[in-house]
Amino acid sequence: MDWLGPEEWQAVALSLKVAIWATLVSLPLGILAAHVLSRRDFPGKALLNGIIHLPLILPPVVTGYLLLLGFGPRGPVGALLEPLGIVFAFRWTGAALAAGIMAFPLMVRAIRLSFDAVDPRLEQAAATLGASRVWVFMTVTLPLILPGVLAGAVLAFAKAMGEFGATITFVSNIPGQTQTLPSAIYTFLQVPGGEASAMRLVLVSIVIAMGALLASEVLARRVQQRVSGA
Amino acid sequence: MSLQVAITHRQGTFTLDAAFEAPPGITVLFGRSGSGKTTLINAVAGLQRPQAGRIVLDGQAVFDSAKGVFLPPHRRRLGYVFQEGRLFPHLSVRQNLTYGRWFAPRRARGAEAAEFDRIVEMLGIGPLLERRPAALSGGEKQRVAIGRALLARPGLILADEPLAALDEARKSEILPYFERLRGEVPILYVSHSAAEVARLATTIVVLDQGRVIRQGPAAEVLADPAVTPMGARAAGALLVATVLRHHADGLSELDLGGVPLFLPRVAQAPGSRLRLRIAAHDVILSRARPEGLSALNILPATVHEVRPGDGPGAIVSLDTAAGRMLARITRRSAQALELAPGVACHAILKSVAVAPEDIGTPQERAT
Repeated sequence: MDWLGPEEWQAVALSLKVAIWATLVSLPLGILAAHVLSRRDFPGKALLNGIIHLPLILPPVVTGYLLLLGFGPRGPVGALLEPLGIVFAFRWTGAALAAGIMAFPLMVRAIRLSFDAVDPRLEQAAATLGASRVWVFMTVTLPLILPGVLAGAVLAFAKAMGEFGATITFVSNIPGQTQTLPSAIYTFLQVPGGEASAMRLVLVSIVIAMGALLASEVLARRVQQRVSGA
Repeated sequence: MSLQVAITHRQGTFTLDAAFEAPPGITVLFGRSGSGKTTLINAVAGLQRPQAGRIVLDGQAVFDSAKGVFLPPHRRRLGYVFQEGRLFPHLSVRQNLTYGRWFAPRRARGAEAAEFDRIVEMLGIGPLLERRPAALSGGEKQRVAIGRALLARPGLILADEPLAALDEARKSEILPYFERLRGEVPILYVSHSAAEVARLATTIVVLDQGRVIRQGPAAEVLADPAVTPMGARAAGALLVATVLRHHADGLSELDLGGVPLFLPRVAQAPGSRLRLRIAAHDVILSRARPEGLSALNILPATVHEVRPGDGPGAIVSLDTAAGRMLARITRRSAQALELAPGVACHAILKSVAVAPEDIGTPQERAT
């Protein structure tokens, strides 16, 4: 990657780190949320559904500002976590949080669809054969929703790579700290002679996005074959 | 193994209020669709929680509304064979078969392998082991489902119309396996097919609109005219006969309570006992001993009861040397023959269905 300058390389590496962490940490939560939305009925379900989907509809700047209010140094959650050494404001962790939250609805939607497609009667059959709820989930439900989980994860990863508005509002645009790929492209476009750098980063974005998409297609097809036994 | 069930459950306008006991053997829950059979079997499985009542499995209350007991399905040690198989699509046949073993009490490795081989051979599914369920036919799927339930080493097997989704050929492919299981593990079997009931049942529990209207040994219940509205066309008697000898002209001679019975050659060796089903509409009645008739099988009988049906028909229950038997005739004939309790007559059998396997008698099983 000689053709990338150190500053550009830094942005790419940071974005990958942010997107990977955002995806991995939100994945279990995404599966849980999708499970609850697909299988449970309780008062307030519509509200929960709304809250999860809010980042999809709100202007990203609004989400970023709300994050700053909540998780900033003087925000209630931020102040609570700071003594524990967990700081989000103006750190890469904050960028990961913003990216994760913005990507969450996309991930949950994809996984929820695969939960809806699992026949609950298979889970009943597993229970009658002696499997407890946890075992039913691990041995029947999870393998069957795996294609959806993969799709959700890739979608979330791509969204996290590209997240801009909420990230820049929440953690700003500090090179080496919070300057992700989109922020870097934005910055290069603001300075004279930055077009070449911006163009290189645009190419990198396209390659990463396409790569993730193709990899997930291949994986999903393999998993699907295993699952359906065709 | 014993099972006692007494539950009530209301769902919309439908009320299930049923109590029955299942002795060893195959207990068939018999009734029209919508009579509550599936709700009842799902309550036993723990897939559905009834509003009130008690279910006792082998002396242990798995459900008791008074004490707030409800054991989840995975702790009831059951094997459930569903109508649609419900094999796990992401596992091979072998993995499907061994699924329940992960959760069953451990046994010596050698004993487990031997049991696996025995059941695989009994069901004839050896060549399928490495396949996926998607590549199996309906009958194969159902055999694997039976094997999967058995290998979980259950104290009770539940079967909810396991043959309903299969065509006639596949049905006769699967039925013998259930017959073989009869001595192995107690079975609670849901069906609305009188033919299945007659072939399999040790005990019959007849359900109608959520209530148990009759329960008892299979032969008694099937020969009870009160049950005939449940399946009048298929009503009939269940009798046990012994094979005497095979004749050169292709007929087999059987002994039916002292009366000789001639049937097209049966597969069983002389001395073996067979279960026969004689449908009510295959019995013709005659007051005098009929002469010059092509029918071979004629049994002397005494009328026990004449019960007029809704239409022009009537069900006559008869006492014969072989047991209780039903005949379906017209009301007009019943009057013409002056049939009344105690009247002697002759039952002419047009056809007799033979269960193709030697399956013993309910009485023998009960001991």
